[in-house]
Amino acid sequence: MTDRSGLHPGAWWLWALGLGTAATRTTNPLLLALLIATSGYVVATCRPRAPWSRSYSAFLKLALAVLVIRLFFAVALGSPIPGTHVIVTLPEVPLPHWAQGIRLGGRVTAESLVFALYDGLKLATLLICVGAANALANPSRLLKSLPGALYEAGVAIVVALTFAPNLIADVQRLRAARRLRGRPDRGVRGLLQVGLPVLEGALERSVALAAAMDARGYGRTAEVPPAVRRTTAALTLGGLLGVCAGTYGLLTAAGGTYGLPLLLAGVAAALAGLRLGGRRSLRTRYRPDRWDVRAWLVAGSGAAVAALLTLASTSDPKALHPGVVPLVAPALPLWPAAAVLIGLLPSFVAPKEPS
Amino acid sequence: MIRFEDVSVTYDGATEPTVRGVDFEVPEGELVLLVGPSGVGKSTLLGTVSGLVPHFTGGTLRGRVTVAGRDTRTHKPRELADVVGTVGQDPLSHFVTDTVEDELAYGMESLGLAPEVMRRRVEETLDLLGLASLRDRPIATLSGGQQQRVAIGSVLTPHPQVLVLDEPTSALDPAAAEEVLAVLQRLVHDLGTTVLMAEHRLERVIQYADQVALMPSPGATPLLGNPAEMMAVSPVYPPVVGLGRLADWTPLPLTVRDARRRAGALRDQLAHPHPQPQPAGNRAARAARVGAGGTRQAPVSAKAPTSAPTRRWRRPLRKPTTPSATPSAVAETRSLSVRRGHVEALRHVTLTITPGETIALMGRNGAGKSTLLNTLVGLVPPTTGSVLTTGVPPHRTAPPDLVRRVGLVPQEPRDLLYADTVAAECAAADRDAQADPGTCRALVSELLPGIQDDTHPRDLSEGQRLTLALAVVLTARPPLLLLDEPTRGLDYGAKARLVTLLRGLAAEGHAIVLATHDVELAAELAHRVVLLAEGEVIADGPTAEVVVSSPSFAPQVTKILAPQEWLTVAQVREALA
Repeated sequence: MTDRSGLHPGAWWLWALGLGTAATRTTNPLLLALLIATSGYVVATCRPRAPWSRSYSAFLKLALAVLVIRLFFAVALGSPIPGTHVIVTLPEVPLPHWAQGIRLGGRVTAESLVFALYDGLKLATLLICVGAANALANPSRLLKSLPGALYEAGVAIVVALTFAPNLIADVQRLRAARRLRGRPDRGVRGLLQVGLPVLEGALERSVALAAAMDARGYGRTAEVPPAVRRTTAALTLGGLLGVCAGTYGLLTAAGGTYGLPLLLAGVAAALAGLRLGGRRSLRTRYRPDRWDVRAWLVAGSGAAVAALLTLASTSDPKALHPGVVPLVAPALPLWPAAAVLIGLLPSFVAPKEPS
Repeated sequence: MIRFEDVSVTYDGATEPTVRGVDFEVPEGELVLLVGPSGVGKSTLLGTVSGLVPHFTGGTLRGRVTVAGRDTRTHKPRELADVVGTVGQDPLSHFVTDTVEDELAYGMESLGLAPEVMRRRVEETLDLLGLASLRDRPIATLSGGQQQRVAIGSVLTPHPQVLVLDEPTSALDPAAAEEVLAVLQRLVHDLGTTVLMAEHRLERVIQYADQVALMPSPGATPLLGNPAEMMAVSPVYPPVVGLGRLADWTPLPLTVRDARRRAGALRDQLAHPHPQPQPAGNRAARAARVGAGGTRQAPVSAKAPTSAPTRRWRRPLRKPTTPSATPSAVAETRSLSVRRGHVEALRHVTLTITPGETIALMGRNGAGKSTLLNTLVGLVPPTTGSVLTTGVPPHRTAPPDLVRRVGLVPQEPRDLLYADTVAAECAAADRDAQADPGTCRALVSELLPGIQDDTHPRDLSEGQRLTLALAVVLTARPPLLLLDEPTRGLDYGAKARLVTLLRGLAAEGHAIVLATHDVELAAELAHRVVLLAEGEVIADGPTAEVVVSSPSFAPQVTKILAPQEWLTVAQVREALA
């Protein structure tokens, strides 16, 4: 259920991205576990009972899969990490000379495994943080916060998002229907044969929805003077060019001086273009989400975690990146751990779902 | 408010106009009902009001349609959005957002109303339609009736002067339909909204209509008049009108209440030959009664010769049971429960289905009717308890074997059809069922005379498509036949053909189970009615007993002639003959 008194979805995304950024700053498994626990606790306490909030478990599974795949590669393909603690020696597959540098099988050392574990855990934590944002923030309300000029694109995305569940339901229904015809309902062939009817159904539904949206006033536009229209186009195009050139400048060694200003100017021009473009749209917003104190606190807590861990990774890199050669047991650095716990703030300030 | 001036619509590629010569005016604040058989262009005519025809669908519109003074030729649908609200048959294809409150606000947002106005109107509409307790709910979790009310609410918030509804109650159970119709009545009476509506289930809506626009046949000029006069000449009419025509009441009654007031004489006349307690009783009982009384005849179709040489594929599956023999069950469930996620879809359902029996499965939307059918055909395995179809558990039986034991025609018959032509479909059905080549095609010719081999299943009408799906299922001659909502979107003519067809199949020994909201269909066809509520069987007995005692499932004839127990106009006609 959506909660009108709920937090601005943007705040949840900033909070989650903050935690995610923090995760990229460290490979300490204890800190990463703490980050996962923090986001998990907040999800458990603040998650609304809504279809999109069920995606959290999917993200958890995905994270686990990433971890397992990373470890599998470390075992099967070996690892550049030198190590002395051999756990097991797999039979090595001899490869032709052109595949030099690739190894299949061979020695598996504890060091390489631990390194892969740390590395995989970092990525997994990042995924779990994104999953937390997905579970906490209503995607369609987030799109509602887009500027007016992007609104129609936003609706297209929302419609596309609802399209996928419908498509899956269609596939299930048609596979069931195959069983009614006395044909096997499992296997790839069964899936392929329902493909065409499923697409047909999806297309028909889209057309029906488009008709309904048209009849309900979607796409009504206001008259704007041609000068405004031309300025909008110029600003948007110029802004985008500026962004491209600025990014290029930032990334090349030579463009260090003009890169950043050009990028900023481009962003400003693009934003102005969007704002001006919004004038063509007649739309008003029904009960928009407010960015209130709680939103500041939630977004701020995420940003604080990210900032503090970035600081810690430069001031105390040893603690945040425990060594694998030689193998040492990772220790929990006290004040970065305390910084991670700031991420728990939303569970106190965010409105709870009445159970 | 809506003025049609000599309107005709021709779709691209069609040689004949779909509608022609439409020339009438819908006055402000009236509810006008569009009546006619399937395929006369009712939906097309409704589409011209919102401008979707021809702006969205293509085609050529001649003449002129004006809505609140705006010509639809010069105004696109989106520019009419503030004066016309359109709701189609399937509310799910109408929703843009995911929660009730956002959906109500969507149209107003598009029109650019001020936030305070939007807020006030959303609250008013929530109260008007009784949706206040659902405001935060995701739309996907609502029942059919609730969704239809949300759909109506979502077009009401911009305060349109005209509401256009295409079959708003077809997919709804009787109680949910009344909910929706009560709302429409309130809009017309309290707010002066003009409503133009098409609906096949006339028994539900005719009493609310101020005027009826009758489209008697494709291409014919629509007639506008008061409902009673139009019903006297209409090719489609509800049972209450049927009874009125039979008894020569003028003017024709349109409501059960009117009819009851006049029915005194008819009741007296009927009181002497006592009505059969179970008029559509099982075959054996009917045979016995026909033999004994002789005055009341079994329906014609039940006597259809089954040994005629041209009908070899319709030979009886079993010998008709004699009254003394205990019929063996064709399917049975014992304490069957099905859980889906957190929802208990079925709870401890114990049911026995015997050959030759027709069972109507009734209950609210979401009561578990479809789940029960799906369990019987093995699409859903039981969570606890057991289900046996012709002696085997259906969910553990291989599909090629299962089709010869049980067949299901799903709610959307199109799901069963894959091929591009009727001939290819039939050939595939023969292969699937391992039947002799030509079996299915012969069935189709019998059930649907005049269908060409190269017709695309998509080009068939709803009723024809249903019959084709039925033929495909019958190719394997399953002793148990299941139908999910077979009369959705069928007009009275198509429904009557379906009834005749199913009666014939039951007489041949097929057991038939149909899940339906259509009380008139159940009254015509079923020997037994099983009522489900929240996954439990709450009533199971002969049709007359179950439906007579229920206010929402009693057919109109029963309500009119109560306390006598008559179910259909046909029975009354036979009794009077």
